[in-house]
Amino acid sequence: MSSNGYDYLDGNALAGEMTEIFAMDVTAAEGQCSHCGTIKHLAEAHVYVKCPGVVARCAVCEQVLLRFVSVRQQVFLDVRGLTYLTLDRSLLQEYGS
Amino acid sequence: MWHVGKVTALHDETATARTITLQVPYWPGHVAGQHVDIRLTAADGYSAVRSYSIASAPNLEGRVEITVERLPTGEVSPYLTQELAVGDRLELRGPIGGWFVWRPHQSEPIQLIAGGSGIVPLMAMIRSRASAGITTPFRLLYSVRDPASVFYRDILQLLSDRDQSVSLTYAYTRTAPKDWPRPPGRIDAALIANTTWQSNLGPTCYVCGPTSFVESATGLLVAGGHSPDKIRTERFGPSGDRR
Repeated sequence: MSSNGYDYLDGNALAGEMTEIFAMDVTAAEGQCSHCGTIKHLAEAHVYVKCPGVVARCAVCEQVLLRFVSVRQQVFLDVRGLTYLTLDRSLLQEYGS
Repeated sequence: MWHVGKVTALHDETATARTITLQVPYWPGHVAGQHVDIRLTAADGYSAVRSYSIASAPNLEGRVEITVERLPTGEVSPYLTQELAVGDRLELRGPIGGWFVWRPHQSEPIQLIAGGSGIVPLMAMIRSRASAGITTPFRLLYSVRDPASVFYRDILQLLSDRDQSVSLTYAYTRTAPKDWPRPPGRIDAALIANTTWQSNLGPTCYVCGPTSFVESATGLLVAGGHSPDKIRTERFGPSGDRR
């Protein structure tokens, strides 16, 4: 954590790496924090990138939603902090990915 | 997933920021507000990836413009702003992100708030509006250090002169032009109240800039009655780059 306390980015910053493993943009998906129950888009999470990998935390309670680490050919994805994600199928067509 | 784009034009926006125009074969198109990841790979295989917002309006020609601010200690931005030449090729991934976007079918008034190079994705929204011939009212509040640090000054002026429904407010933080009505300073509650849409009009607000700027601007918007659900943010890292 930096001295100004602003050492995080938005969930948007996850989007590039997530395209490597998901067919859709998951940052536009709504998800529920399994700790406090808040439902927000993953793009609104607080994302910490100055660590080995990427950690997304709930913008309300700061508990870990997701961890993502990529080492050589292995991708480690931990989504223990998300009860669920709701994806919008129309976005799949929009980006043609 | 990675594309290779060819540099077709370079344009200096300021002494430290350069717009790079890429022609990208098989580019699927983008939505205003999205970004791309740029990957540079050294001869020894070491690679670095950075995210840059797309500055250009959506188009069918595979044209992607990004504007890169040079960070003195950056690994990627000095190369992109000083060494990259027309005709060179760049690896890029995208378009990325489906949240911090504006789509032409949105009918509500739009409030854009930019801190420094946070103007880039907001410029794509203003251009997207213009190229789609949409008349949705837009307001831009652009906080910038001094007049020499403004990106896209001429095109912003042109678009707001041509169309009364795009209004433009500059807020200078260090040095303002001579006779500027507001002394230099960070954006504050009075400026928000006087130059941005009232919350009862139901605007969607897009705020982009360094993390501390975004925190401050969203705090002022919420204090001014805006619902957090109507505020979308994109923060830059402490070092000024996205990653």
